[in-house]
Amino acid sequence: MTAPAQVAVRMTGISKSFGGIRALDAVDFEVHAGEVHALLGGNGAGKSTILKVLNGVHVPDEGKIEVEGQALTSHSPEASRAAGIAMNFQEMSLIPTLSVAQNIFLTREARDTRGMIDDADSVRRAQAIFDMLQVEVDPTALVGDLGAGQKQLTEIAKAISQEARVLILDEPSTALSVSDVERLFVFLRQLKAKGVAIIYVSHRMDEIARIADRATILRDGRHVITAPMSDLPIDVMIEHIVGKKSKGLADVARGDAARGEVLLELSGVTGPHKPEDVSFILHRGEVLGLAGLLGSGRSALARVIAGIEPSVAGEIRIKREKVSIRRPSDAIAHGIALVPEARATQGIIPAHSVADNMVMSVIDRIAPRGLVDRARIRAIAEDMIARLSIKTASRDHAVSTLSGGNQQKVVIGKWLATEPEILILDEPTAGIDIGSKAEIIRLVRDLAQSGKGVIVISSELSELLTACDRILVMADGRAHQMLDRGDLDDPSESDPENSLQAAERRLQIEIQKALSIKEASHG
Amino acid sequence: MAKAATAPAGAFFANWRQNIIYIGFVVIFVIFAVTLNDKGFLNPNNLLNIVRQTAMIAVMAVAMTFVLSAGEIDLSVGAVAGLTTVTVAMAISVAGPLGGVLAGLATGLAVGVFNGWLTTRIGIPSFLTTLAMMGIAKGVAMWISDTAAVPILSPGYSWVFGGGSVGPIPVLMFWMALIAGIGHVALRRSGFGRKVLATGGGETAARYSGIDTASIKFKVLVLSSCAAALAGMLYAGRLQSGRFQLGEGDELSVIAAAVLGGTSLFGGKGTVIGTIVGALMIGMINNGLILMGLEFSQQLIAKGAIIILAVALSQKRR
Repeated sequence: MTAPAQVAVRMTGISKSFGGIRALDAVDFEVHAGEVHALLGGNGAGKSTILKVLNGVHVPDEGKIEVEGQALTSHSPEASRAAGIAMNFQEMSLIPTLSVAQNIFLTREARDTRGMIDDADSVRRAQAIFDMLQVEVDPTALVGDLGAGQKQLTEIAKAISQEARVLILDEPSTALSVSDVERLFVFLRQLKAKGVAIIYVSHRMDEIARIADRATILRDGRHVITAPMSDLPIDVMIEHIVGKKSKGLADVARGDAARGEVLLELSGVTGPHKPEDVSFILHRGEVLGLAGLLGSGRSALARVIAGIEPSVAGEIRIKREKVSIRRPSDAIAHGIALVPEARATQGIIPAHSVADNMVMSVIDRIAPRGLVDRARIRAIAEDMIARLSIKTASRDHAVSTLSGGNQQKVVIGKWLATEPEILILDEPTAGIDIGSKAEIIRLVRDLAQSGKGVIVISSELSELLTACDRILVMADGRAHQMLDRGDLDDPSESDPENSLQAAERRLQIEIQKALSIKEASHG
Repeated sequence: MAKAATAPAGAFFANWRQNIIYIGFVVIFVIFAVTLNDKGFLNPNNLLNIVRQTAMIAVMAVAMTFVLSAGEIDLSVGAVAGLTTVTVAMAISVAGPLGGVLAGLATGLAVGVFNGWLTTRIGIPSFLTTLAMMGIAKGVAMWISDTAAVPILSPGYSWVFGGGSVGPIPVLMFWMALIAGIGHVALRRSGFGRKVLATGGGETAARYSGIDTASIKFKVLVLSSCAAALAGMLYAGRLQSGRFQLGEGDELSVIAAAVLGGTSLFGGKGTVIGTIVGALMIGMINNGLILMGLEFSQQLIAKGAIIILAVALSQKRR
């Protein structure tokens, strides 16, 4: 162990509000040189906000930032970079048509004597970085030809080549295979030995337990705890992350499932990339949750069922009959609707009116003889606006003028207009306010009650627990375990809020368990 | 239930950027009417001439409205019109007028299917597909006609396709009105039109909604080539001959007409009425500048400046 650790980053009393919502409330955050520091917290805890403050993307309302003892006087990405802070981006910042070396030294290329870019020098220096880190990446390969793991390593090499003293890694392992994660860890340990401070954000606690030295946990924009990993076994981490919810969904009544006939049955369904060999049954009148981390194959499974990425193996049966779903229109014809995860691109056409968006999936039904029945468009739009209490100036206003929650309701309305029997909602509450969230969860329950089969995907476990009757835990594209919602409750707990938190902790533990099973089976 | 307010004049001017094409059309018309009155701008014959000169552009621009609305582009329309004049003229000389019509339609269909196939199945962007097709169509037209004009000796064909008139009204005007009417209803009221706008407005969302976006793109490109072929048939009828130079450069006027009319180059938004007015406006500007006695070089400059001004005014301020 090294003697008194040198402080690489010290953030004190950082506060940041967005339109009245306090994303960060007087947060202190300190990272030492030569450590891997995990930053943990649930969705909306403030992790990405504090990283963006450190990275110079957001200007803090209050608080001070020191990097290696020097106070940051201005807040901009340039100032942060000059101070030695580098961040990888989940959406990769590499240019696919350039080589690895060209990407690493982009805009900082060495010049030869004639003032021309010296590519050979870039290749040499890139090779030196990879050698130093003992990983194999070909500096002359085109980035577009690399796998996700090698891209991630290139991204990190780019950060290192800028002599970064503080490296921020936001969910670096999401796209990586097990062996790539191992390589990344080798890499990070080398960097650590060189005195670089590494801030590591991940939802995978097994990974954090292996790579991090210390961890800081945020919840609802506040600092909860900073402690060495030895003081933070997984169940303690989960307890701190879940905490006591200030306002929750506990008030949404979870009705009893009147489970009807089998609606949808998957056996051994495999998609083009993910999922792998998934089987389950969905009944009429029930809500089935899909739990798992990013990249666990939940959304891919939804896309397979909805015909967007048709299955390559396995069988899908609807009401006991085998069906072939090769394209989205097949799924719609079979009564399947998917409310997709990326609302703005997959769900709506923002510039088009509420009414036009509402009928997008039923154009052939409202235009039986070629010409659309405008009275029916009005009827459908007005019906959905009333039924889902969508707040819009009129049905002719562009969807882009609506709030996020109301946009999501338009997407849901559009799919209800297809009169589906099976409704899949992928992260239906992402990026919308708590009031609309509760409304949407209630709607999900109502839909099940009215005899539909509903599948919900959500990263917010409290939501899944409130909405669902059964929960399928997924990891690495596979289905691991089907949990009955009732079994997650603690019968001795009478306070619904405490009970929800207890269930959330259990579900967290199951999700993390599923991950470790994956690692064990891959050796 | 509140009816979508059949707008009072206030709303029309409040959205003046959206309606700039109509305002601009009237403003330019009035300016020409006043300043060029002594040169005969308002003479009915002159006004009908504007229609005659605009009809082919308008026919192609209606189809282009669909192409642009679907988020694609067709640069080959001018060359396809030229090629069609040649195939029609040659077919008429051996198989008569009916053969000519069939040959013209076949030309449009063949080019359109090829454009659509390359764009949607092979995955070449329509910009490149149709740019290449522009050269191919022109080359074929030069080759089969030996770069010479092919005369059309069928008065019947010439009357129906562009040369004739009913009383004072040129047949070309009927063609323009027919295509505009069909196009307007198809884009506004048909399921196909809605799918076109959805495809161009957000291809992913459209695909997730069960719309076969590839088939929509294929169809608009076929539509565009067929409209170009019809324009070629009208050129051939009006000038009683087929020559490869006819329609040359029309693609720019066609795209300008659609964009002036409020159709987005990036898809998802388009109106056929706007396109027709856009086409008439270009024709009117051409006509007015000639009456003013400007040289061809000056006409080009003035026309370019007016188009830039109109499109710039229609842009939303950021």
